[in-house]
Amino acid sequence: MESLDDEGVVLRVGEVAARHGDDPHRLVQILRDVQAALHHVPAAALDGLAQRLGLARVQVEGVATFYSHLSATARGHYHFLFSDGYTDRMLGREALVEQLCAALGVERGVPSADGRVTIEDTACTGLCDQGPAGLVNGRPLSGLGPMRIETIAGLVKLGVPVDEWPQELFDVADNIHRRDLLLAGPIQSGDGVRAVLERGAEATLAEVERAGLRGRGGAGFPTARKWGFCRQAEADERVVACNADEGEPGTFKDRVLLHTQPDLVFEGMTVCARVIGARRGLVYLRGEYAFLREPLEAVLAERRRQGLLGKAILGAEGFDFDIEIHLGAGAYICGEESAMIESLEGHRGTPRIRPPFPVVSGYLGLPTVVDNVESFAAAGAIAAHGGDWFCACGTAESTGTKLLSVAGDCARPGIYEFPFGVTVAEVLEACGGSGARAVQVGGPSGTCIGQTEFSRRIAFEDLATGGAFTVFGPGRDMVEVALHHSRFFAHESCGFCTPCRVGTSVLAQGLERIARGGAGRADLEPLKQLSGVMRSMSHCGLGMTAANPFMQTLERFPEDYEERLAGDDVMPAFDLDAALAEARALSGRDDAHAHLEQRHG
Amino acid sequence: MSKIRIATTSLAGCFGCHMSILDIDEKLFDLAAVAEFDRSPITDIKQCGPCDIGIVEGGVCNAENVEVLREFRRHCKVLIACGACAITGGIPALRNGVPLVECMAEAYLDGIGTENPSRTVPNDPELPLLLNRVHPIQEVVRIDHFLPGCPPPAEAIWQAISDLLAGREPTLSYTQLHYD
Ligand SMILES: Cc1cc2nc3c(=O)[nH]c(=O)nc-3n(C[C@H](O)[C@H](O)[C@H](O)COP(=O)(O)O)c2cc1C
Ligand code: SF4
Repeated sequence: MESLDDEGVVLRVGEVAARHGDDPHRLVQILRDVQAALHHVPAAALDGLAQRLGLARVQVEGVATFYSHLSATARGHYHFLFSDGYTDRMLGREALVEQLCAALGVERGVPSADGRVTIEDTACTGLCDQGPAGLVNGRPLSGLGPMRIETIAGLVKLGVPVDEWPQELFDVADNIHRRDLLLAGPIQSGDGVRAVLERGAEATLAEVERAGLRGRGGAGFPTARKWGFCRQAEADERVVACNADEGEPGTFKDRVLLHTQPDLVFEGMTVCARVIGARRGLVYLRGEYAFLREPLEAVLAERRRQGLLGKAILGAEGFDFDIEIHLGAGAYICGEESAMIESLEGHRGTPRIRPPFPVVSGYLGLPTVVDNVESFAAAGAIAAHGGDWFCACGTAESTGTKLLSVAGDCARPGIYEFPFGVTVAEVLEACGGSGARAVQVGGPSGTCIGQTEFSRRIAFEDLATGGAFTVFGPGRDMVEVALHHSRFFAHESCGFCTPCRVGTSVLAQGLERIARGGAGRADLEPLKQLSGVMRSMSHCGLGMTAANPFMQTLERFPEDYEERLAGDDVMPAFDLDAALAEARALSGRDDAHAHLEQRHG
Repeated sequence: MSKIRIATTSLAGCFGCHMSILDIDEKLFDLAAVAEFDRSPITDIKQCGPCDIGIVEGGVCNAENVEVLREFRRHCKVLIACGACAITGGIPALRNGVPLVECMAEAYLDGIGTENPSRTVPNDPELPLLLNRVHPIQEVVRIDHFLPGCPPPAEAIWQAISDLLAGREPTLSYTQLHYD
């Protein structure tokens, strides 16, 4: 293993920073590159970068410690991150991680003795339809099974560099099972941009409005209104930012859109740029999707060649616009639009206080439109085909189609593009998931429903969703599901505000107790109260929705909780007698007062 | 009508909350007219009998705290967690970041001025055995009401008691909860 002394590290990070123009706003990108080069971000790198970029050391350290893909201690030359989505668990990922650990003699989370290998868990990597999945040195591994793990263990033992591993290990499938407006390939590249030039910015905005397009990231804000606000904001410069963070567990439709319809997405961004008058476009691509970067860069290069990006697009004087890709570094919160902007600026992903909203003051204080990948794709198609084409499909308040990322207990997981208004039962029918016990619509922050509600519709009027559709078959334990997701939120809380930072951890601990039979019925009450505090007092959507898995499963699957409750009263929150063990050992006591019984009251 | 019975205790606390109880000053006369104290540092009664209200100061740091707290829960219809230490562990919980073995060494072996030639940690059953961490009281028994503050101001304590005496749900106004 290459090991540099501090001076060497400073020189090395200096080279990396230079490649990024010594721009402090590119700090997250710089740190990603440092991590890749040195397998960690050592203390000397923090010093070197702080000095070179003119930042305080704590600023650099604050950023370096925020993102889970960056580490202060060295990770192996073979660095495995196994996706720990619930769907990966359903597919047996635990046994596979154990298998690899055993084969390589490595403990999970601890670098191997020679420092060559690290094996860690990470949040859902967006390959739920082809799990169990993971990443090795940032490259995607899908469809893992005992055979593949054996192959991988063999490659590591032989010391084969990851770049020389068989390509099939890294294949990522699109698994599209239903195409509609967007996935049918609605336009040729350039159609949208040409249309906006012909029709004009204002008329195009009117078409987006007529289409009734609402944000596909989950919240459903009317896209034309957002663009209109940004267009009106006083400024010399405006920014278009595409949210491709796709961190909601169970969601992977933006990955497939970016893989199969990248032109359509960039078309939408370019249309937006024309409408609001932006010169700068940014794509915030989640770090787990780094493998998409190269193909996307190639598409951007081709668009530049075709005159669809760059100066005087399609010959229109003053229509200058280009797109740059930024990578995330493993932080769910960076999908929240203002946290995403912070991250784009090279900071920790802490959500901003709003107002001002990004449309008024976003990236570097400039008016910024942040839209989801799918929203831009829809906008690109609407520009070419007009609003009526789009709103002919869907429901009154939810026009068009929605890409659903279907995974879990079903025969055909993958992408389904359905018109809005489709019922949960219809989707289950299509994916071979009928007979399901529960469906989580919109991921853990969304809505988890049971059989009696399968006639409900996917639409902003009923079940709003960012696109996840996770199926839980008969026999799935919903307390385990809630526990898993409450741990996810506790891990991903950015820590800025107390209701969420503390609340998510207390809730996860409470669910752990419930799951292991250590809680009584009266213990539920404070957890419900806490959930209410989190919902109403948190600073951003993460904390506001983090208690959803608990509250919803408690309401809809009370029997899963009932069977675990130890009586009606509260139970001690910790093992009382075990908590005395250390003092017993230190004092050598074992009398009656040196023990406590585990019971309520 | 028989008088309301109130019990109070300080677990891992500093008696600051009890000082704040005394700080209700002349209202103590109003209180004495309708209530009498059962187990409490005020009466020095050692065992709690059936009570209407129990007020607990301090968190749970040792086995005896657990036993006293359970005694209060058994005998008090309504149990109030009084003050930051009862509710969160507070100042005593600052030791939670330090391994128990180091705490004990500092207290019994290596602390400045400590003389302990046998260099052993005492094993006298009279000394309550320490839990490895300090816990809030609601992690051990069910608590009905929480009075925040370090200590809760006398007015807040009086408010809670008089609400309960009047058969109301104790409620503190925003100004009674807001300290800055
Ligand atoms: C915790 C959190 C995570 C989010 N993650 C994403 C995401 O991964 N992708 C996304 O498009 N929107 C995400 N959002 C929503 C964005 O804040 C924002 O509403 C959206 O990108 C706006 O685009 P749209 O109007 O096209 O939906 C997230 C919101 C929160 C609170
Ligand atoms: S709600 Fe959670 S994620 Fe959002 S700002 Fe607060 S601590 Fe951060």
